[in-house]
Amino acid sequence: MAPEPPLLTMSGITKSFPGVRALDGVDLRVQAGEVHCLLGQNGAGKSTLIKVLAGAHQPDGGTIAWRGDEVTLRSPIAAMRLGIATIYQELDLVEGLSVAENVFLGHEPTTAGFVVRGRDARAAAGALLKRLGHGEIDPARLVGDLSAAQQQIVSMARALSHEVRLIVMDEPSAALDPDEVDNLFRIVGDLTADGVAVVYISHRLEEIRRIGDRVTVLKDGRAVAVGLPAKETPTRAVIALMTGRNVEYVFPDRPKPPARPPAPVLVVQGLAREGEFEPLDLELRPGEIVGLAGLVGSGRSEILETIYGARKPTRGQVRLEGRVLRPGSVRAAVRAGLGLAPEERKAQGLLMLESVTRNVSVSSMSRFSYGGWVDRGKELRAAREATRELSLRPDNPAVPVRTLSGGNQQKAVLARWLLRGCRVLLLDEPTRGVDVGARAELYTVIRRLADEGLAVLLVSSEVPEVLGLADRVLVLREGRVVHTAPAEDLDEHRVLDLVLASGRHGPEPADLASTGSASTGPASTGPGTTGPGTTDPGTTDPETTDPATTEGSPAS
Amino acid sequence: MTQPASPARPVTEKSAPADGDPGPWRSLAARVDVRTLSLLGVLAALVVIGGVTEPEAFLDTDNLQLILTQASVIGVVTVGMTFVIISGGIDLSVGAIVALASVWATTVATQDYGFAGILFTAVVVGLGCGLVNGLLIAYGGMVPFIATLAMLASGRGLALEITDGKTQMVTVDGVLKLGERDSYVLGIPPLVLVFAAVTAVGWLLLNRTTFGRRSVAVGGNAEAARLAGIDVRRQRLYLYLLSGLCCGIAAFLLIILAGSGQNTNGNLYELDAIAAAIIGGTLLSGGRGTITGSVLGVLIFTTITNIFALNNLETAVQQIAKGAIIVAAVLVQRRSATT
Repeated sequence: MAPEPPLLTMSGITKSFPGVRALDGVDLRVQAGEVHCLLGQNGAGKSTLIKVLAGAHQPDGGTIAWRGDEVTLRSPIAAMRLGIATIYQELDLVEGLSVAENVFLGHEPTTAGFVVRGRDARAAAGALLKRLGHGEIDPARLVGDLSAAQQQIVSMARALSHEVRLIVMDEPSAALDPDEVDNLFRIVGDLTADGVAVVYISHRLEEIRRIGDRVTVLKDGRAVAVGLPAKETPTRAVIALMTGRNVEYVFPDRPKPPARPPAPVLVVQGLAREGEFEPLDLELRPGEIVGLAGLVGSGRSEILETIYGARKPTRGQVRLEGRVLRPGSVRAAVRAGLGLAPEERKAQGLLMLESVTRNVSVSSMSRFSYGGWVDRGKELRAAREATRELSLRPDNPAVPVRTLSGGNQQKAVLARWLLRGCRVLLLDEPTRGVDVGARAELYTVIRRLADEGLAVLLVSSEVPEVLGLADRVLVLREGRVVHTAPAEDLDEHRVLDLVLASGRHGPEPADLASTGSASTGPASTGPGTTGPGTTDPGTTDPETTDPATTEGSPAS
Repeated sequence: MTQPASPARPVTEKSAPADGDPGPWRSLAARVDVRTLSLLGVLAALVVIGGVTEPEAFLDTDNLQLILTQASVIGVVTVGMTFVIISGGIDLSVGAIVALASVWATTVATQDYGFAGILFTAVVVGLGCGLVNGLLIAYGGMVPFIATLAMLASGRGLALEITDGKTQMVTVDGVLKLGERDSYVLGIPPLVLVFAAVTAVGWLLLNRTTFGRRSVAVGGNAEAARLAGIDVRRQRLYLYLLSGLCCGIAAFLLIILAGSGQNTNGNLYELDAIAAAIIGGTLLSGGRGTITGSVLGVLIFTTITNIFALNNLETAVQQIAKGAIIVAAVLVQRRSATT
């Protein structure tokens, strides 16, 4: 573009966390005055990258150049001094302070170095808010009293209170309604007109079309496309870039569907939670794995937790083997035979200070206790048996659960429900934070549990995982089931179309030559089997169609 | 279906020690960890200091009995407090509950019912206060700090109301007799026996029962415990009931010890009990703690107080020393936790 060097050049950035390589040589080049969109699925490395850019994470390797000079962003303050501001998705405001105090937190206008000039701060904050089109927000109000959208504006005012050259916005439109999104785009336009660069992260492709100049796509910690023109690149090409995989996932074979499907073990009728998801009907049969596909915020986890009783439904009911479960009661659900492997394994699933044994036994203590007295020998044997059944490593249930790898921690959660003898397993992101190599093993374990008669309801952000593991898939968008089909009748592009776009249905010819497999899935398998039910009864030999769908799309 | 716990499948017992179910001796060796050893070391050092500075007065049987007796009252309170802290809570009202229970149990009306009346009243008042705490916290959604702070204030107020600030002498012989030397069993005061019994029961409850497991689980990760099917609220209620019960027992011990009930009883017990639990290795954030550590913490504090008193050092110096010990203990634990 310009003859001068780009505002920001990140090259070959790497960053690893224990067990995960979050960034694997990422490049990002941002010009002054442009809106640069950062795209990628969950876990692609977007948040890690912007945290590196914000000085919150130190990269393990790679270089960052600012206006042509190499820099080290040792801390968030160092980044701010250069003029890099970040507006995180999780707003980082202090609710007990006023708007003005939040805007100038850390760089308050002061007299003699420490006396805050409150009036000046309020006046300056008011001016910033006016510039952002929200002059109605009183700078003296407490941030805790503001709406989410208003808080976002305050966050933005805070970013602008610095001498800012580049603003990172992490899904800024997620909490906004359409009017507010328009205002946001106007602000972005004003900023870029002043020569400020905006790095814009969003899941909504149509937004990127509207305001984006260029696009960088991340996938599995790598930049698979750097600086594509945002307006001209076809949506399908972008989706293909987001989904094409370097890693081959190996999924276990699906068993042949039984001639006579067993009666459903779990029946969900009209279950809904106001503001989270719309009435949902669902039947789960023993031996069946049903997947819920959708973006973060589409209501996936909320549905699982409501079925489990961890959230109270506004309406509808859940029946397990014919018995209606008391709404909003985890204990009733567990007693009836439900088990949940929650999304946040460490925060919601495990007792991190305790041993594997105690984590496994916690839900079935009555089995080896007499009048409250725990038979520890029996407990240990039971835990060992359950963990061996899942080949949990190390084969020693006495070790603290925190010393296990992610995959083995997940197995500890599964062993808990195995020991409990549950009938229905609800799995929320079962492979999050699990190494690629260990995933295949988890998939095998989950399939085997289903083969042994469990019904499994699976939620995952990774579409190939849902398609590869589940028998039947429900596609969710904004709390609503928009499509139900046997997994074999769907492919990743189709699901992402349903999930991302605004109602683009039906298989279209792929407008990309590079993804050969893109059009094969839904077009070649017969239609007419998209109703809810078990896998396609018409296909006598499901194995013949398996390879195409279970291995995910080959990398482009 | 999946019932892997069926006893049909044999598990090789021979591999047990290596797999973490060691025999009783290895188990003991494993349990006496660095922290317990260091606490024992501190206690031993204190005994040496006491023996050197005041050889006659400190090592006198009467004095050792006194130390243990004094430790008994706060020790019983600390056992209950340890459970509460392990579960992620706090009970600031223990001192006030001890005071209230001790005065309620020594009113003229109560003493009419004799020994049983006093014991019963002390225990029931303790349980009642614990019930209120537990209901407010578990079902009223109040923060433990606030709920028990309110109980502290109102409990002390009620105790003052009952006594009108006067000391209520105990006239029941059966109770007074328990404080006398005649009642000592093999040289051990009955109070100390009660303390030992409460400690033993507390240890078993924490380490061998589902109640203990659930307490630790709730403190370690309440959300995970809830999602694992534990009734977290009921467990919290039980824990404050337990703490109240311990206060009731402690109040009875105090009545024996002092021969009276006073509204100023149990002053600052909450701080002593929390401090003892903390230096004993209980995490203030919950999820980890031991009864052994807490009891050693109580013994250390009581011994320090005794040594300082024997050496005619001021209370001020005692307090400073206690503070220093708390800081040192926590710093040592942090160090050992990170290595």
